[in-house]
Amino acid sequence: MFLKKLILGGLTALFFSSSLFAADCGPNGQSIRILASDFPAIHAIANSAESNCAGSASEFTRNHTTEARQIMNAAQTPDPAEYTSVIVANSTLVQLMNDGLVRPLNDLVEKYGGNLKSNQLITIDGKIMAIAFMANSQHMYYRTDILDKAGVDGMPATYDEIISAAEKIRSAGIMEHPLVMNLKVGWNVGEVFNTIYLAHGGEFFKQGSAEASINNAKGIAALETMKALVEYAHPDHLTQASDDTQGLWEAGQAAIGFMWGSRGGVILDNEGSSAEVTSNTVLSAAPTVTGGSIPGATLWWDGITIATNVSDSEAEATFAALVSGMTSEMVAANNDDAIWLIDGFKPGPAAAGVSATAQGGAKSYPMFAQMGLLHNALGAELVDFLKGSESAEQALSDVEAVYETAAKDAGYL
Amino acid sequence: MKHSTFLLFTLPSLSVMFLFIAIPIVSVFIQSLHIEHKQVIIVSENCDPFGCETTTSVDTEASTKLKEKAPLGKFNGFKTYSNRMHFAFDEIGEAWNSSDSFIAFVKKIYNYPLYRALSFTLTYTFVVTPFVLFLGFLVALGVNNLPKLLKGPTIFASLLPMIVTPLVGSLILFWMVDGDGVIGATLQKIFNDNSLSLKASPVLTWVMLMVYGIWHLMPFSFIVFYAGLQTVPHETIEAATIDGASKFQRTRHVVIPHLMPLAIFITLILLMDNFRVFEPIISFRAEAHATSISWLIWNHLRESAYPLYNAAGATSMITIFCVGILLLPVLIRTWRDFNEKNKG
Repeated sequence: MFLKKLILGGLTALFFSSSLFAADCGPNGQSIRILASDFPAIHAIANSAESNCAGSASEFTRNHTTEARQIMNAAQTPDPAEYTSVIVANSTLVQLMNDGLVRPLNDLVEKYGGNLKSNQLITIDGKIMAIAFMANSQHMYYRTDILDKAGVDGMPATYDEIISAAEKIRSAGIMEHPLVMNLKVGWNVGEVFNTIYLAHGGEFFKQGSAEASINNAKGIAALETMKALVEYAHPDHLTQASDDTQGLWEAGQAAIGFMWGSRGGVILDNEGSSAEVTSNTVLSAAPTVTGGSIPGATLWWDGITIATNVSDSEAEATFAALVSGMTSEMVAANNDDAIWLIDGFKPGPAAAGVSATAQGGAKSYPMFAQMGLLHNALGAELVDFLKGSESAEQALSDVEAVYETAAKDAGYL
Repeated sequence: MKHSTFLLFTLPSLSVMFLFIAIPIVSVFIQSLHIEHKQVIIVSENCDPFGCETTTSVDTEASTKLKEKAPLGKFNGFKTYSNRMHFAFDEIGEAWNSSDSFIAFVKKIYNYPLYRALSFTLTYTFVVTPFVLFLGFLVALGVNNLPKLLKGPTIFASLLPMIVTPLVGSLILFWMVDGDGVIGATLQKIFNDNSLSLKASPVLTWVMLMVYGIWHLMPFSFIVFYAGLQTVPHETIEAATIDGASKFQRTRHVVIPHLMPLAIFITLILLMDNFRVFEPIISFRAEAHATSISWLIWNHLRESAYPLYNAAGATSMITIFCVGILLLPVLIRTWRDFNEKNKG
């Protein structure tokens, strides 16, 4: 009897002491299955969750794919869902919420979220739907050596200053096309319009309705700005997305860039480029319109969600594991991979652009349920204007017409 | 053959065709007549690391109830076919009334996705098909006249464009025509124009896609014609030679008539294949200048988080309809030949 008590007591002590050191992984023996996009910061979070909690789970699988957005709804609709967690961003959270595929996390946050900061909680009508861990946005990249050579004072802060700087570089004979932007037909070109339209103070929808309202003076001004910028962009700009613009920048073929913050670390590291390019590249805030104050960018966050169609204990184990990965040690080990929203982040040069853009008061990517449809319409219909075969009014009215047709079919109008 | 025997013979393939071709087509057609239920939208307060904003979200509970009642969606009749994404009847009527010249009218029509896609698809089909037929025949003739030793390797090399996966083949070409690529840079040098870009000009993009299409499909017509050439009867050729026919005359009056049924077969296949042109548009990132019917279907389904099944279904039905029209002349001809043979 005494022996039995001793062993039991010893085991309990062992259990408590080990749980003091190890992360709290929630219920044991559960299956944890994660679907996520494929970039270093997300790997860092998932790695840390896996090393903490894979031991206490019956299964820990990860699917990192850039096509996550395309498969997530189909994968999460059946019951049980294919993944217990999807790592999302602003727009993809909406995509999952539209079909009711993510569960509110309030009780889980109460139980396991002791080290989360309040600004990490993404709440919709008071319900916590996701836990953000990093931020991202577009902003400006400059080559200071080339700006100096062309006689540009300081770094351009408005669209007009960018255009005149580009003109100076061109007329000085340094580069014919000094500007790079992600203008690939489809999502990218639509996103560039979104940023410039927001800088002009535009609203995407009529208040409280799903009716688009972009065919207005602000929309036209945004398009005119876009066209003026495109004059200085690489001739193939309609085929260029992030990988291509990053490549041009690293090859030293551009002096002014409007690119994603998440590319900052990759561009500034000592791989894939020359010291001349990296040492003279400076990241700064997204531009405003002359006399305006809103930076032309959309702020993004990436965060974790938990599936609706899984058992409560699987949901709990998955949440505990992922949150256990969000520690300052993880951030310290991967500091330059992202703009972390987690304690312990030390902003380096690669974070300067996003911080300045967020502090300048840039807007978040709009979270309207029907935003994706408008974004698609923009991506398809603005191209004729940029090619010069259509007026700005015509392009914007085409966008609204295309959006209206699609929104009716999808049941939003 | 007795009719009942014939029926028994074809029964397996008929039932497979019914299961895997007829039923899916009917189901796609039915889907194209329905749209999504009205989404129940609620205004909501949305807070993220950067602040709070008022946005909208879908009331999923209410929306799911609607969906469960009628899983196909809301019946919409043929409105999907007539809307702006497809035949755009209303818009075209308006364009007709408001245009003062025919050219202005055509320009306005070109603004609508289906007509824009059709214009490229049809041009592609009618340019690539004859080129592939003609060049494939020439290559087959050439290879047929080679010494035996060289035939094997030449056939293999000529088949390569077809063996290379379309996506990979067009990606390779896409990199070659880049301003920094072999072809792109050479062209810039020849024309002494540093901003010359094959990807930025609509005309050059169309030409590039069609050249790619010809390159990719030529082996198909070549190999069929080459096989056909092996069956040309020697006696007839010899007789023609004795009658004093030149090489060209022999080809014109003996070989070509002999290969005519094959040519019709190749034309049929090529028309169908070319009408469904898709991969090169993706690989060449040519959406800005050239879209095809198949690309439209893909775009309805993929580019959005909101798959438009009705639009994709309608575009698919339109594709089947158009392929039917394209093949009609060839089919009628075959039918006539068949009847005449039976009479004789």
